[in-house]
Amino acid sequence: MIVGKQKPFDEIWDMVKGFKKVLVYGCNTCVAICHAGGSKEAELLASMLRMRAKQEGLDLLIDSAGIERHCEPEFFEPLDEKVKTYDLILSTACGVGVNFLADRLAGAIPVYPGINTSFYGAVPEAGFFVELCGGCGNCILHLTGGICPIVRCSKSLMNGPCGGTDKGKCEVSSETDCAWFLIVERMKKLGTLEKLFEVQPPRDWSTATHGGPRRISLEHIRAYEAEEEKKATLTGEGK
Amino acid sequence: MKSGSNLERVIASGKMAVTAELGPPMSADPHEVIHKAGQLKGFCDAANITDCQTAVVRISSIAAAFIAQREGLEPVMQMTCRDRNRIAMQADLLGAAALGLKNCLCIAGDHQKFGASGKLKGHPGAKNVYDVDTCQLVGIMKKMRDEGLQQGGDKLEVAPKFFIGASWTPMGDPMDFRPYNLKKKVDAGADFIQTQGIYDMELFKSQMEKARNLGLHERTAILAGIIVPKSAMMLKYMDSSVAGVTVPKELIDRMNKAKAAAGDDKKKMRELQEQEGIKIAVELVQQALEIPGIKGVHIQAIEWESAMEPIVKAAGLYPRPVLPAE
Repeated sequence: MIVGKQKPFDEIWDMVKGFKKVLVYGCNTCVAICHAGGSKEAELLASMLRMRAKQEGLDLLIDSAGIERHCEPEFFEPLDEKVKTYDLILSTACGVGVNFLADRLAGAIPVYPGINTSFYGAVPEAGFFVELCGGCGNCILHLTGGICPIVRCSKSLMNGPCGGTDKGKCEVSSETDCAWFLIVERMKKLGTLEKLFEVQPPRDWSTATHGGPRRISLEHIRAYEAEEEKKATLTGEGK
Repeated sequence: MKSGSNLERVIASGKMAVTAELGPPMSADPHEVIHKAGQLKGFCDAANITDCQTAVVRISSIAAAFIAQREGLEPVMQMTCRDRNRIAMQADLLGAAALGLKNCLCIAGDHQKFGASGKLKGHPGAKNVYDVDTCQLVGIMKKMRDEGLQQGGDKLEVAPKFFIGASWTPMGDPMDFRPYNLKKKVDAGADFIQTQGIYDMELFKSQMEKARNLGLHERTAILAGIIVPKSAMMLKYMDSSVAGVTVPKELIDRMNKAKAAAGDDKKKMRELQEQEGIKIAVELVQQALEIPGIKGVHIQAIEWESAMEPIVKAAGLYPRPVLPAE
């Protein structure tokens, strides 16, 4: 899932204090699980902002709302009209949601981020989130025992540990496991250590963000959808 | 000859090689490089010029290497994977070769998060690169030299001829993988290897045996790293805080004894520890050179370049061989 963390309150206040009507808009998927930006957090943030506005004697209307997802258009639809009545949307969705809603509103209303989108991670225990994937677009987990050296190694090394491994920990922090230490141990258990003996050549990073913005187009799905829409139009059932 | 560097010629001659280390200053003044080069010249076959070691901004390795070369000290320029992508790396390699540099050591580089181990501000908020890692950089350099090709496949009119080096931390975790780590660097094309500083010679011997079993000592020149100890405090710090370094208690005790012999005299305390440090370094050099498969030593007298002369002389490694260029 996408893990995020609410921005410092003062930073949020600086963003919103110049507006008159603000909607704190939550997303109830990933960022709700990490207690950063679901409906509950949006509501709490809205009430904190109202208190701050009152303290500072500002006339500011602040509401909150939440929808299931900010990354697919149909979830926005029920609240589209309501959203248009505000002069700022403070989104507590991940960065994808902020972008997607800002594109949808096309400059009519600004959309500001209420959280910092941190990483793709898992929840090993309640209230604890760890980064496990960098979304690099060219997965090599079959070569590394299911442990990603791109994000779990501080240097994204591809051919083994650097000289900074100390008692299984990374040179960056004694609380961070050395990914290559874990990889070597995992590969030993899997009985596939020899896979690590081969030199991995320089990577093609164009599949990561270094090749420009990424997109995936499933032509068969798009063709099917276009065909369905055409049929609906012909039978007079189009929207 | 792959590069024709002095270091390559010494190794090819079968004589034990000696390399040293020169850390460029945090200054635009070249005089410190010139001064250090003067202290090292004649007491090593080549000196590593570190590349913003501990992630602190200093005169660049290539520029300082050029200054050292001008002073008559053969440099081993260093290149970390931290600060450059493959385009900048290859451009710098062409530039360095055009300036006459012939040795290059490839290293991952200390992470920017701990500038000077927390002693300086550094740049912990910097974006690192790590487009390629050490093995891959070694491979790129070899491809440029031997095939006249850039990593991307474009042809080079004149190839840069480097004697290619890589580092090895034989006693780092996970220790049983370290010989294979070395093998990968050798497979990628490392002509010489400089190890992390070694104090625990027995442990190093066992790692070297594993390296020999893989035949690596015949495919690359392994130079054992010796960091000259300056004080008991330094040895304790190295033992507790430097990755891949363990210091036997006996060496720390020797330094403590030297310190204690000075009583309360601070100046004497320093002098006696330095004398003992040089003695220990000489012994470590001699022990390392006895290990089968070792082709020389990489002596690091960090910010203490004047220690090279007494160490090299006492270890019987002086004068350094003078070999004609081809």
